Amino acid sequence: MFARYLRRELSGRRKQTVIIAIALALAIALVIVVNALSAGVRDAQKAALASVYGVGTDITVTQAPAAPGSGTQGPRFQFNGGNDSSQGSSTSVNQSRLISGRGSATFDSTSLATVQKTSGVQAASAALSLTNVTLNGQVAQQNGTGAAPTAAPTAPSQTGESQSGTTRRGFGGNFGVDSFSVLGVDGNAGTVGPLASATVSKGRALGAQDVGQHNAVVDSSYATTANLSLGGTINVGGQNFTIVGIVSATGSDSQTASDVYIPLDVAQTLSTETGKVSTVYVQAASSDQVSTLKTDLQKALPSQTINTQADLASNVSGSLSTASGLISGLGTWLSVAVLAAAFLLAALLTLSGVSRRTREFGTLKAIGWRNGRIVRQVAGESIVQSLIGGVVGIAVGLIAVLVINMFAPTLSAGTSGGRTFGGAARQAGSAAGSAAQNGGGGFGGGGGGGFAGFGGSATHVALGAPVTPAVVLIAVGIAILGGLIAGVVGGWRAARLQPAEALRSLA
Amino acid sequence: MSIENKAAEEPVQDQTSIQNPAVAAAPEGQTTKAPMFQLEDVGKTYKQHKREVRALDGVSLSIPAGQLVAVQGPTGGGKSTLLQMLGALDRPTEGTVRLAGREISRLHDRELADIRATEVGFVFQSFNLIPTLTAQENVEMGLEPLRLKPAERGERATQALASVGLADRAGHRPGELSGGQQQRVAIARALAKQPKVLLADEPTGNLDEGTRDEIMDLFEGLWREGLTIVLVTHDSSVARRAERRLRIAGGKLTEKR
Repeated sequence: MFARYLRRELSGRRKQTVIIAIALALAIALVIVVNALSAGVRDAQKAALASVYGVGTDITVTQAPAAPGSGTQGPRFQFNGGNDSSQGSSTSVNQSRLISGRGSATFDSTSLATVQKTSGVQAASAALSLTNVTLNGQVAQQNGTGAAPTAAPTAPSQTGESQSGTTRRGFGGNFGVDSFSVLGVDGNAGTVGPLASATVSKGRALGAQDVGQHNAVVDSSYATTANLSLGGTINVGGQNFTIVGIVSATGSDSQTASDVYIPLDVAQTLSTETGKVSTVYVQAASSDQVSTLKTDLQKALPSQTINTQADLASNVSGSLSTASGLISGLGTWLSVAVLAAAFLLAALLTLSGVSRRTREFGTLKAIGWRNGRIVRQVAGESIVQSLIGGVVGIAVGLIAVLVINMFAPTLSAGTSGGRTFGGAARQAGSAAGSAAQNGGGGFGGGGGGGFAGFGGSATHVALGAPVTPAVVLIAVGIAILGGLIAGVVGGWRAARLQPAEALRSLA
Repeated sequence: MSIENKAAEEPVQDQTSIQNPAVAAAPEGQTTKAPMFQLEDVGKTYKQHKREVRALDGVSLSIPAGQLVAVQGPTGGGKSTLLQMLGALDRPTEGTVRLAGREISRLHDRELADIRATEVGFVFQSFNLIPTLTAQENVEMGLEPLRLKPAERGERATQALASVGLADRAGHRPGELSGGQQQRVAIARALAKQPKVLLADEPTGNLDEGTRDEIMDLFEGLWREGLTIVLVTHDSSVARRAERRLRIAGGKLTEKR
């Protein structure tokens, strides 16, 4: 009888049923879309971060760059030595230097051992972020001092793209500057580290056999730009390295963390950063332990900066960041507002329905129906109305998600905040501006002009909208909740109805 | 105001052609058996638009089982309120109401609902059928609180509809039935539970004369079968067919001769 009465009532009051169902359907569809987009943005952020930190990195250990004025001078270019030759009043220069990555600071590699000993660490590896800068051209001879000129370029400005072949006439010379990012990686890194997310497209990755060897792995995008190929050589820090592998990022449009990868120990020796690293990549034994592990690592390494994926996500910039802000801000609030409006509408319409049915409920009470039975009937009708809305909402939401996934808008994502976790070369490129201000890296300050920025090209990720069973369950839960709220409100009103008063008011 | 079963002591006139078999067959002195209703000094005051309304004032009344009673009086005189007291729909502000010897004026809502579900059948002026349900389903609604098995519930509803001559209209909704037929459905709904008393509030108020007489024939038939019936009416021709006539005005009850 319950079901028959309920069915007849809902079909008899079709307009109210349709209005409540549409309101809830709209709210639920919005919740599904916003939830799916949020998950999509999280995935995109993860993908953007993975290209920098590698898949599986839960925590990074870095060191903030030194404050302005406190840094030591970086490597300097001394002309008239080495490969340089004098011709009349000018000197030909062709020098490469491997210097610390822009915006990063190095710290003792014993930190890696400290990390590895910490409880809750599944795996850890270290990397040294460097920049290879090459000067090539003519520098004018200075008269009177008898000393060879010294080029002390300022920090490169941030342009967001690697740049080479820039010609400068800072002090009467004509020379070009080439730069690319170099990452010294641990050959025993295993599943964690900047190369963990990269795919070997040609040759092989660096391994334990490369320790102490002049072998390099090159990013496929950079290899195309610089016309490099497997088996060829690349000059890093003035020395030739054999290219043993070409790697590419998972995303077709994105790049890996660095242009060139070389063994960590070789990188340390060439850059005079012996025993130093710039980033330690940590994989937690369990995702539940990340927060605890961060605290433990902070205690064990008080001088270093410890960042989790969540911390790093805030450093993702570009249209992905805009989308994230839009979804988490406007999307969430819109969902909440529409949901609240739908609940309110359902409750008010149910309340009004109960008022309109005063005679009906008064009669039912007069013929012996208990309050509880009437409340159940009202609540049942509300819940079924909401479930209808829920089913429609889920369908509409899934269709909307399908449309989003069909178009899959591409978002650009860059990582910023090199000062915060100053590790990889990509960050260094993005954060070059701030690094120039605080004097970290660079060539020791002074001098006019300045290098164009390097590194920091944006990663492009397609924004998907994944739907999980949990999202559908949440939608169903919301529908039931909406029905319960409306049912409780309507049921409360119906229960308060005194049969005599109901019949008297009608009379 | 006290009316102590005067109907038994002073037989109402104009009832020569109507005899309740239960009463007629009863031996001398049956009227001394426990009355179906016993009201003692019942008063009811309620608020309407911030104004206190004294609907019943010191009403004492005894109605023996098997009696057909008509209550008349002006609008707002307290007829419906009296009916609600008898039907366990409301509690008096003061005094006591007994139904078949049981004091019902201080019972909990749930117990009152149970009494209405099992012992009292209601018929309303506007029929009060649920428009979305068929005649059969409307009758079954009256049986819902009895928690019968669906088959038994259906069978009893079918029988009740047949007893009011509407077996062939079981699948019709109220909107598809005439006023008289709707009232018959309402009577069937009240009878299906096999109540001790049938209370009717202006049962013929919305019906034409011909239909009114049909409905009254139906009530008389039920009364003859021994059912206690109390009906409120404005219509004197309806009231004249009752075994006993009462008048209520300003909350005060008097016997009408």
